[in-house]
Amino acid sequence: MTWALVFEQLLNGLQYGVMLFLMAAGLTLVFGIMNLVNLAHGSLYMVGAYLAAAATQWSGSYLLGVALGLAGTLVVGMAVEVIALRTLYERDHLDQVLATFGLILFFNELIAIVWGRAPLYSSLPPWLQGHVKLFAGSTYPVYRAAVIVVGLLVAALLWYVVTRSRLGMLVRAGASNRTMVSALGVNIQLLYTIVFGFGAALAGLAGLMAGPIYAVQPGMGELILIQVFVVIVIGGIGSVRGALAGAIIVGVVDTLGRAFLKPLLGTMIAPTAAEAAGPALASMLIYLLMAVVLAVKPAGLFANR
Amino acid sequence: MIAAALAFAPAAMAQQHKLKIGFITTLSGPPAIIGKHMKDSVEVALEHLGGKVGGLETEVIYGDDQFKPDVGVQLAEEMLKKDQVDFVAGIIWSNVMMAVVPVVTGAGKIMVGANAGASPLAGSQCNELYFSTSWNNDQSPEAMGKYLQDKGINDLYVLAPNYQAGKDMVAGLKRYYKGRIVDEVYTKFQQQDYQAEISQLRSKNPKAVFAFYPGGMGIQFVKQYVQAGLRDQIPLYTVFTVDETTLPALKEAAIGQYEARFWSPDIKIPASQKYVADFRKKFGYTPSFYGAQSYDAIMLIDSAVRATQGNLKDTRALVKAMRKADFDSIRGRFTFNVNHHPIQDFYLLQAVKSSGPDGAEMRIVQKAFEKHKDAYSQDCKMKW
Repeated sequence: MTWALVFEQLLNGLQYGVMLFLMAAGLTLVFGIMNLVNLAHGSLYMVGAYLAAAATQWSGSYLLGVALGLAGTLVVGMAVEVIALRTLYERDHLDQVLATFGLILFFNELIAIVWGRAPLYSSLPPWLQGHVKLFAGSTYPVYRAAVIVVGLLVAALLWYVVTRSRLGMLVRAGASNRTMVSALGVNIQLLYTIVFGFGAALAGLAGLMAGPIYAVQPGMGELILIQVFVVIVIGGIGSVRGALAGAIIVGVVDTLGRAFLKPLLGTMIAPTAAEAAGPALASMLIYLLMAVVLAVKPAGLFANR
Repeated sequence: MIAAALAFAPAAMAQQHKLKIGFITTLSGPPAIIGKHMKDSVEVALEHLGGKVGGLETEVIYGDDQFKPDVGVQLAEEMLKKDQVDFVAGIIWSNVMMAVVPVVTGAGKIMVGANAGASPLAGSQCNELYFSTSWNNDQSPEAMGKYLQDKGINDLYVLAPNYQAGKDMVAGLKRYYKGRIVDEVYTKFQQQDYQAEISQLRSKNPKAVFAFYPGGMGIQFVKQYVQAGLRDQIPLYTVFTVDETTLPALKEAAIGQYEARFWSPDIKIPASQKYVADFRKKFGYTPSFYGAQSYDAIMLIDSAVRATQGNLKDTRALVKAMRKADFDSIRGRFTFNVNHHPIQDFYLLQAVKSSGPDGAEMRIVQKAFEKHKDAYSQDCKMKW
């Protein structure tokens, strides 16, 4: 085990964390502000991946594909809010879970009807295909480095919007006292639609960035959704800061666990036992972490109020 | 009254001469693409037979097992009791197959497996009424192991998902590959991101990589392997990872990939060429081995029903006729081993650039095994 390898794995963990953050940010915003549990967040991730892949193929331009994918997911998200979710804000969480689970089934079928059941091809432009040299001769894919940069930029932008802009101020005010904000003449319904669309676009961004790495197929959103929930539980539900910290912690812990747990165990217990225990433990690691966080700080690391 | 009875009589007669096949596969969720290849292949087989399997008017009842053993059992029971099917065929997954076979054979009907290759069914739990037109799970990795061994490759890095089939594949590989294994890595089932494993792999600098990643996992692993720039550095040998169900999503990322399999759409066998050509014409895409096996399943049933002159009541005669496997298979001459699993050749395939819509296609490079039998047939006590 060399330091170069550890550094590379940390980078991998950061990249995975950034991807989780983009998903978690939208989910936690919607939960924190509108008190809505949205299981269909993974569907918006899938919609983003499909729209971007299809638009890239149609236009022949990667950047145009990305732009159309983002805009498309924003529109789909707002439409879902207006048509299906608006009536659910006053209902309890179980009703929301049931309704948004229905949305998952709806979107998976819709995608299968439009694009078929076969995984979709999703490509990268040549300028994102190479590798950058790290020290000690190891290399890192340019695309993954780009994902890290984009993710961190979005995190900074999100921090600015939520804490420094008028929109963010209204959103925070709406979260603490909905009636008062609307009494002051703010169209809270429109505000919610915008926030939901914004969260959807973040999920779409995660999805379209995941497309060239993962398989673009119906049901792809559910595969990442569980980890995203782990992230927001660790970070503190409703906190964007918590989502960022939680995502990076989960990303790094999961990656390092997968990479180094087995060799590490091998130095302590018999190799054959490490062979069996290593992978099993590595796949449990983030859930163990979540259990510990819940025991020590039940509201998460960065709980709101 | 008499008129009514007369009117019903011919209908009843016709009913007796109708053949019903229950075909179970997965038609929902991500694996539904495999089910689609299988179902479309059954349609091609029916078309080749003029809609008459074994010369009888045929109805195929499709069932979606949703990737769940309990749903598979429910479907089989419904097909046997309500639809009164004469044969049950299909099934992608070993765990579904293990649950469904006792239901079908218990009802005295014949089950024709068109994909799942659970080793108990080839060995100690082999059954008079169970036939397979596919393979046993570990035969493809055996073929790959044989090839790697013959090629004298040392320092192999092994990756597979951490579940039973993953372990079985590695066991099959090791049965024929005796070189050094640098590391054996088992990843979480349905894992999406392999960058951590790929970084570890590169740091160990192996001579070759063997992997088993079916379905979406395969698309992810291969894409990420290529993006990491390893395609030209360390050759990647896989089983059940790159095929015609995943090629459309991989395209140029698959080029150079090695696979081991019993069949490829480019195989120079007349029955196979006819099947592939007609399949492409009818559905506009290239069939995978999942489809080819399903086509063979229908052709096998056809041969047996034909040989018994459509007498579906005589199961013993049907089994006897099935054992002869007297039909034009996509493999050429089809022979059953004593355990009702095919004895067949295995090939090394490579994905090469093509002018087709996928930009890449599988080609046979060389034969890895001639008339290969699975490792479990000696545990099967069946007498022919």
